[in-house]
Amino acid sequence: MNASVPIKHTQAESDLIDRFEAAKGVLTGSVAVTALREAAVSQIRDKGLPHRRVEEYKYTDLRAFMKSAAPLAAAADESAVKTVLGSQDAFEGLERFRIVVANGTFVPGLSDIEALAGEGVIVTSLTDELACAHGAQLLASPKSAANDGILALNTAFVQGGVVVTVKEGAEISRPVELVHVAASAGAQVSRSKISVAKGAKLRLLETFVGETGDGESNTVFDYDVADTASLVATRLIVGQSDAARLFTSIATVGAQAEFKSLGFIAGPRFIRNQQFINFAGENSNAGIYGVTMARDEDLADQTLIVDHAVAHCNSREFFKTVLDGRAKGVYQGRINVAQHAQKTDGEMMTQALLLSEDAEMANKPELEIFADDVICAHGATSGQIDEDLLFYLRARGIPEDEARTLLVLAFLAEAIEEYGEDDVTEGLEARVRDWLAGH
Amino acid sequence: MPAVQETIDRVKAIDVDQYKYGFVTDIDSERGAKGLSEETVRFLSAKKNEPEWMTEWRLDALRRFKQMEEPDWARVSYPKIDFDALYYWASPKSVEGPKSLDEVDPELLATYEKLGIPLREQEILAGVEPKNRVAVDAVFDSVSVVTTFKEELKKAGVIFCSISEALREYPDLVKKYLGSVVPVTDNYYATLNSAVFSDGSFVYVPEGVRCPMELSTYFRINEQNTGQFERTLIIAEKGAYVSYLEGCTAPQRDENQLHAAVVELVALDDAEIKYSTVQNWFPGDKEGKGGIYNFVTKRGDCRGKNSKISWTQVETGSAITWKYPSCILRGENSRGEFYSIAVANGYQQIDSGTKMIHLGKNSSSRIISKGISAGKSQNTYRGLVSAHRKASNARNFTQCDSLLIGQDCGAHTVPYIESKNASAQFEHEATTSKISDDQMFYCLQRGLTEEEAVALIVNGFVKDVIQQLPMEFAVEAQKLISISLEGSVG
Repeated sequence: MNASVPIKHTQAESDLIDRFEAAKGVLTGSVAVTALREAAVSQIRDKGLPHRRVEEYKYTDLRAFMKSAAPLAAAADESAVKTVLGSQDAFEGLERFRIVVANGTFVPGLSDIEALAGEGVIVTSLTDELACAHGAQLLASPKSAANDGILALNTAFVQGGVVVTVKEGAEISRPVELVHVAASAGAQVSRSKISVAKGAKLRLLETFVGETGDGESNTVFDYDVADTASLVATRLIVGQSDAARLFTSIATVGAQAEFKSLGFIAGPRFIRNQQFINFAGENSNAGIYGVTMARDEDLADQTLIVDHAVAHCNSREFFKTVLDGRAKGVYQGRINVAQHAQKTDGEMMTQALLLSEDAEMANKPELEIFADDVICAHGATSGQIDEDLLFYLRARGIPEDEARTLLVLAFLAEAIEEYGEDDVTEGLEARVRDWLAGH
Repeated sequence: MPAVQETIDRVKAIDVDQYKYGFVTDIDSERGAKGLSEETVRFLSAKKNEPEWMTEWRLDALRRFKQMEEPDWARVSYPKIDFDALYYWASPKSVEGPKSLDEVDPELLATYEKLGIPLREQEILAGVEPKNRVAVDAVFDSVSVVTTFKEELKKAGVIFCSISEALREYPDLVKKYLGSVVPVTDNYYATLNSAVFSDGSFVYVPEGVRCPMELSTYFRINEQNTGQFERTLIIAEKGAYVSYLEGCTAPQRDENQLHAAVVELVALDDAEIKYSTVQNWFPGDKEGKGGIYNFVTKRGDCRGKNSKISWTQVETGSAITWKYPSCILRGENSRGEFYSIAVANGYQQIDSGTKMIHLGKNSSSRIISKGISAGKSQNTYRGLVSAHRKASNARNFTQCDSLLIGQDCGAHTVPYIESKNASAQFEHEATTSKISDDQMFYCLQRGLTEEEAVALIVNGFVKDVIQQLPMEFAVEAQKLISISLEGSVG
């Protein structure tokens, strides 16, 4: 039927195929893992990178954006990692445990492994786990992301990452920061599995420091939140970078569990943050929040699919986007409600503020509902700063620039405040100010 | 008011358990042109004495159609259509030149009576209650049989005739506007329509004229295995106003029948077009067998300043509905409106919505969509609101609500909201829910049956849209919705 006509590869696609051949020795794993890698690279060979003709990538044409693909970053030198870590700290002053992944692989020497073990958190290297018999399971894709191009890119090239397991009932006293360090230029591809066992509670910070040069970064987080467990994941992606930055979250949420996440994005030239949330047990809650800032020619894409596969779950999605210059913002969110997922309550809101004439926003909030006893709603707005509000502030002696800043801050703060986690988010206002000041 | 009484009678006549329009009128009909080929197109064109350029236009469309692929992105599924097995021409034999209603085949008139088009009554009514006059252009299978009130409309300068007639009488007007809103190659089914359209309505309202009456068309597919390819073109010149009603019914048939119509509206400066549809084609039987495929391209072009186009639709019929009545808001201060009620029951599939494309400054649009799913149906709202760079101060408000009745149906919302202008202000909201237990309890407790209660609540749910319908349609539409939902509870 679908006899595939060979596509004409772009430079980046050819580079990727070559890169795979060149890196075969480095990209290790069990036989099954190798097979998965081969299949993923075949997908890239056959279908190419995701482009605008693929509905999920309608607004985010990775194929057109990626002009070439740099080689994978070489293993990081520990002292170089230390230097980068020392130069940037997104959560300065916050007490936390640290896990370091540098140039795509786990760096145990710089991670608080023992302290974490004392709290009931086991951290191992994904590279090691991939070599084991169960390795292939760690690369599983969720149903709603089958054949996803970014996920395939990750599977083909994943260098490493961590497997974090929080023991049953453990409540970790401090947040755990999973910091990704680019110690040298080159593509960085990692994947981490975070499992929170029954009744356990984990607060995770995901940060990214250093420069990847012209190498893309592709990071996957696979969360497994067991029954009655709780996971809060705050992702902070700030600073400029020219290469594509691709993020995927996969979450499986058990019964009476809680999952909450915030994706805070300011600065990258091209970013896609995609999330696939799946409710596997009843009476659970999920809160997915997003704060996005983009300017110049930036493209920032927040994509989300929430699968209500079981009954009695609530989800709340709240996304804010601020655009300046010629930037383009994308929000694609879908709530799926399966036929037997009665009493689902889903509420999705996406709001965009356009600061310049040439900024663009594409909102696509979707509902796909097969159960009748549900309450689902979504809302979407886009517009510019309200002149009346601006006038009000200026009439009270606040200079125009500061008035605009205040209004943008207030706009974004709505989502941040609803997310909560004050100790973690208190520094974010400064980040917004930084971004507005052009840093 | 006689018109009200007549509406009540009509509604009463609709109130039967089974699909009331499931009859086949047994009159001689001429069928020809089976299969999709150049011969078919030439035959069609010759039959209708079309000018040479029209034949070429059709042939060009056919050539392009042959190179196109059937789209599959909609949330509908159906067996592949064999275009070569369809007849592209069916016409009641008695059609040749009826001078008055008396000359029309009495069986045909009986059919219209069953359909509830009171041709004669309307004629009588005309003298009594001028406000409620409706001019009817009845389309029976493929040929417009009789057009009433033509003379009077002519006095006002309004041209209201079949498109075939317009091609003969006003070729320049048709040539100027045909395909200017929906280009020949716009989409798969529009291209097919361009090649083989059989008939349809043509309306031209000259500058400054307010059309003295509501114009109305009844479509009806009678002959088995014929595709109905209607082409409607409405042009409102500067400052003109016209309200057009379209009603559709089709008899019960086992095989699926294709309806691929194209409707083009052009509104120039300060003009307003109001287009209302009540679509009640055969939705298929209880097992989901049969029913009409309603694949229609409807688009309005607000070409002039301050122009306005308003679509109102009540969709209760068809096995599959796949259409997006749209507005291109080209003129400054132009306005587009879309009010829709889509009711799906049984095995019906609906993928419908609208597109509001803001090109002009200060253009505004409003979308109110109410979807109701019952039985084993799937109901999708798919819509696009976009503002282009030059569309400063564009405004849109969208509300799409879905109501689910029963656990085997689905309701989906797929909006695309694209803003390329900072001063454009878009608001979109959507909700999906079922009829709340409290509401049901309240009604039942006051002695209503379950079905009556559902009908009452649903009618409340769709009230915003019903209010937009011309009065003649509003009552009928409410009744239709109740009938469509029969058997969905209990």
